[in-house]
Amino acid sequence: MPHIFHPRSNTVARASLLGIGLSVAFAGWAWDTIFWSPYTTRAETPLDQPVPFSHRHHADQLGIDCRYCHTSVEKSAFAGVPDSSTCMTCHSQLFTDAPLLAPVRQSLATGVPLRWNRANKVPDFVFFNHSIHVAKGIGCAVCHGPVNKMPLMWKSKTLYMKWCLDCHRQPDKFIRPRDEVFNMNWQPPKDQIHQGTSLVAKYHIDTSTMTDCSTCHR
Amino acid sequence: MPQMNPSATNRYWRSLADAAGPDSSEGATEPEFPSPWDDSINRRSFLKWTSASAAIAALAGCTREPIHQIVPYVTQPEEIIPGKPLHYATAMPRDGFAVGIIVESHEGHPTKIEGNPTHPASQGATGIFEQAALLDLYTPDRSKTVTEGGQISNFSLFFAALQKEIATQRAKAGAGLRILTRSTTSPTLIAQLEEILRQFPQARWHQYQPMARDNTLEAAQRLFGRPMETRFHLDRAKTIVLFDSDCFFAHPSALINARQFARTRRSGSQSDNSSRLYVAEPSPSLGGSVADHRLPASSAQIQNLVRELARQIGITTGPSADKISDDQHQWIHAVTEDLRQNSGQSLVIAGETQPPVVHTLVHLLNDRLGNIGNALEYADSAETHWINHRDSITQLVSEMDSGKVECLLILGGNPVFDAPADLQFASRLSRVPFRVHLGVEQNETAIACDWHIPESHFLESWSDARSFDGTTSIIQPLIMPLYDTKTAHELLHFIIHGQLRDDYDVVRDHWNSQKAVEDFEKWWRQSLHDGWIANSQLPALSLRPQEKMPLSASETEAAETVEICFRPDPTIWDGTFANNGWLQELPKPFSKVTWDNPALISPALARRFQLDSGDVVQLRTGDRTFTAPVWILPGQAENSVTVHLGLGRSHTGDTDNGIGFNGYTIRTLISPWAASNVKIIKTGNHHLLATTQNAHSVHGRNILESHEPLPPPGGTLYNPGEFKNAGYAWGMVINLNACIGCSACMIACQAENNIPVVGKDQVAAGRDMAWIRIDQYFEGPPENPRFHNQPVPCMHCENAPCELVCPVGATLHDHEGLNLQVYNRCVGTRYCSNNCPYKVRRFNFFRYADYDTPSLKPMRNPNVTVRWRGVMEKCTYCLQRISAAKIAAQLQDRPIRDGEIKTACQQVCPTEAITFGNINDPNSNVAKLKTSPLNFSMLGELNTRPRTTYLTRVGNSNPQLEDQS
Repeated sequence: MPHIFHPRSNTVARASLLGIGLSVAFAGWAWDTIFWSPYTTRAETPLDQPVPFSHRHHADQLGIDCRYCHTSVEKSAFAGVPDSSTCMTCHSQLFTDAPLLAPVRQSLATGVPLRWNRANKVPDFVFFNHSIHVAKGIGCAVCHGPVNKMPLMWKSKTLYMKWCLDCHRQPDKFIRPRDEVFNMNWQPPKDQIHQGTSLVAKYHIDTSTMTDCSTCHR
Repeated sequence: MPQMNPSATNRYWRSLADAAGPDSSEGATEPEFPSPWDDSINRRSFLKWTSASAAIAALAGCTREPIHQIVPYVTQPEEIIPGKPLHYATAMPRDGFAVGIIVESHEGHPTKIEGNPTHPASQGATGIFEQAALLDLYTPDRSKTVTEGGQISNFSLFFAALQKEIATQRAKAGAGLRILTRSTTSPTLIAQLEEILRQFPQARWHQYQPMARDNTLEAAQRLFGRPMETRFHLDRAKTIVLFDSDCFFAHPSALINARQFARTRRSGSQSDNSSRLYVAEPSPSLGGSVADHRLPASSAQIQNLVRELARQIGITTGPSADKISDDQHQWIHAVTEDLRQNSGQSLVIAGETQPPVVHTLVHLLNDRLGNIGNALEYADSAETHWINHRDSITQLVSEMDSGKVECLLILGGNPVFDAPADLQFASRLSRVPFRVHLGVEQNETAIACDWHIPESHFLESWSDARSFDGTTSIIQPLIMPLYDTKTAHELLHFIIHGQLRDDYDVVRDHWNSQKAVEDFEKWWRQSLHDGWIANSQLPALSLRPQEKMPLSASETEAAETVEICFRPDPTIWDGTFANNGWLQELPKPFSKVTWDNPALISPALARRFQLDSGDVVQLRTGDRTFTAPVWILPGQAENSVTVHLGLGRSHTGDTDNGIGFNGYTIRTLISPWAASNVKIIKTGNHHLLATTQNAHSVHGRNILESHEPLPPPGGTLYNPGEFKNAGYAWGMVINLNACIGCSACMIACQAENNIPVVGKDQVAAGRDMAWIRIDQYFEGPPENPRFHNQPVPCMHCENAPCELVCPVGATLHDHEGLNLQVYNRCVGTRYCSNNCPYKVRRFNFFRYADYDTPSLKPMRNPNVTVRWRGVMEKCTYCLQRISAAKIAAQLQDRPIRDGEIKTACQQVCPTEAITFGNINDPNSNVAKLKTSPLNFSMLGELNTRPRTTYLTRVGNSNPQLEDQS
């Protein structure tokens, strides 16, 4: 009786087993890569806007404080997006005829609001509150990244739950003194963990409840 | 599950099947979520569908983050902080009287109505109608356009037509002009109507609403010469006797009555200041459910009872006729003794449903008992222009019939639907050449009129109204009118001045001309800010009733015939709220029926006619018939059939099309509240009634109260210190002594927590979504049981059985003791609900939440997730309010104060039955209540350690009647 399989088949079978394993691993890697890639998360991806507003110009070069436009960041869950009138406080004097600013002027004239593309958003079942984070010494840049270097706005982090929990589990790694919250150029000191721990105590941050589901979901 | 306490099982029962014994109840109890599928699914198709679902779910997961837009203001209003709600005081007018409210507004859209705690007439309480008014504002079924003869028209055409008509009427001094309103207390509206009557001397202003207070005020008119109002002080009374009076629901001061009554009962101890409540009524009312001694008596028999009581107290009421039974004699005797002992501290109240002679007797009784000036006071009516509604509508109809009426303006209301049937309003209305209807919905009357004008909702308009005690509120809008609508003020202003003016200017000008205050602007702003005008209460007058009426009028024959009692629907009122899904789905007290209005009959009558709940009968009185299903209600007087009015409407909207049965078709002028000599004819048909009474059954376990001390839990596998958190520990106490079962908490919860409406078929399948329900228990014989109301929210067990069985960790505890439900983790196994001994978890079998209707979007609470299909949900103790308070406190670096967080159910409760707070703080109200000897845990023997506990209800029975009830 002749052999059904050539001795070579053993090698092919072994290679196939390996190949299946590899392709499963590859699929897993590819899925993971796509899932976490900026393509899916839109992190680090600049968004088109009706007016190409530059935070780099306004916040860094001109030194305008975050709170000049994001007025409710210390009072409310929502940091606030400036109304057309806020833009026009300066731009009724400066660059009054700039074509780039036409949509803002038009908005004020017609009463139709501007529609910005939203860079930072959490899902509807997550209830994030700006005011408490700012009050407890979490700087703007911790979540929003170097906004003062962004010519067009982009999301700096994924804003996925995993990322939120990094800080909710160990706030001492990220906390800074309250008066440095709006300082976009603040750098953590060498002994951040040590200073962070004392700030967590000083600001009465109850870390035990910070990973409760009810902290963000309701 | 072995029964823990079999003797207690028999003591409280939920349905007549339960009462019959445990054997029959076992058959009647159904699975928690009865399967709607008739065909059983086989293994092959199960696998097919499962794999297809898995594949689709996997594909659906592969999406990019969507890009959302963010739309700032053009010019942000100064007072608005985006993300922070603002609160405005205003008032809701209902049947003429105002209830002071505070409305929460998120970026310009109202999302929640609360009571105004400073308002003297309601003190922060609201009822189901105030809570549900929000949905009436946003409902897509509202009237949005002017129509002429059913065709879409516009305001310029309407005002041109009106102007022409007014000019004609002006020429003949208004001889053909008639205006029909409901009851009103609005000073501006009354001034406008008076101005019209001045300009058109022969015009007439008629008033009609189906739940008018003709009997009450007619009696007062005859006794005092003017329609005086009786103001009750239930907190000053030790003996309270209600004769067919639903004074905790169908009364302009119902909210404050309930609050004052509950204050005398809260402690649950038979202390000196606790009251004893006697109720005689044909059909169980909220008052009857908390009565110490309740006597079911037909509506006709009530008069005989009152006469007998009057006789015993010493008032001559004409020839004595012995028409009452021995039991009733005994009851009256006990009441008499109690009243005598508490002279000056007692209160006898008759309901509007009784004829004027009963009210007269009750006034004289209160006078004889020395209650005037103590437990009750007289004051002028806030309804300054009250007229007898039945007379008024009769006069209007006869004038319409004779062709005198040429131009009829119907400002609100729905007389085509709810006017007495024998007046044949609809056919007479068609003889009026120019008919205008103003209303928030396209109702039956709107269809019957030439012109229908969409009316602004009260949350969109400027107006004013007075409360029962006279306190005047200026009604301010929360939002610009959503559609092109007008108010009655604007319409009347056009008639008076021939031009349009904003309701704001009309109302403000009226007050500017009335108020001789130095700084009007300051006064106006203060009044708007407070929600009521200072010192506008009507003073109590020292008056005594003068016997002028012939009291010896023939006694009513309480013959053994069957009578119909007409009552406003407990959730729909007179039909005004028929299109409100929240109210339609709210289980009606006692029967817990939703989306229907069965005729309520007694168990004895059901036996006599061999009827079962749901059997359709024809009720015949005179030559009128009415067909409806019946519901057998324990405690219903033997020969009384209660028909709830307001449902069975033909033109409303999408919500209630074809829902219920129209009882107005047999309600006549002469018998507005009770018709006798009724014949019952069994039709043999059956109607599906969706009731929640038998859903969420705990299968005979004794969940109401436990009097015997329980053995200490002893050996436990759980760590007793597991939930000892150093910070806050949230807990709730519900005082069963205070709860009257009004259901306001259920609607408040629905509004606060974005709870969807599911519809009748889903309720019938046991899928109602209420996060807090009110369980109804009966105790004693079905003919005259004692009622028990028990609100049941999530117990937030420390050893929560639901948490152990969740395979994905979607329900778990936080450190403050809340039992959480994490929607984004939930995969919908429903194990948690199966394992919940309290049956408080609700599952989204379908996408119940309406994602699509644009007008409903701004209604939702932005701080609560709108749930999607396939997730479990339940009471969260208003987590959003806890979080908001916690953040507010942390921003100020202080602990949360006791009372700072009020859950929605707690805030609304007219009787202050619910207390919430931090049980770790021994000084908090909730912690103090938990140390009360009355405190008990529902099913405490399971060692679930619920954070929600109850205070056992303690009665205040009269020893004389002890063995009777």
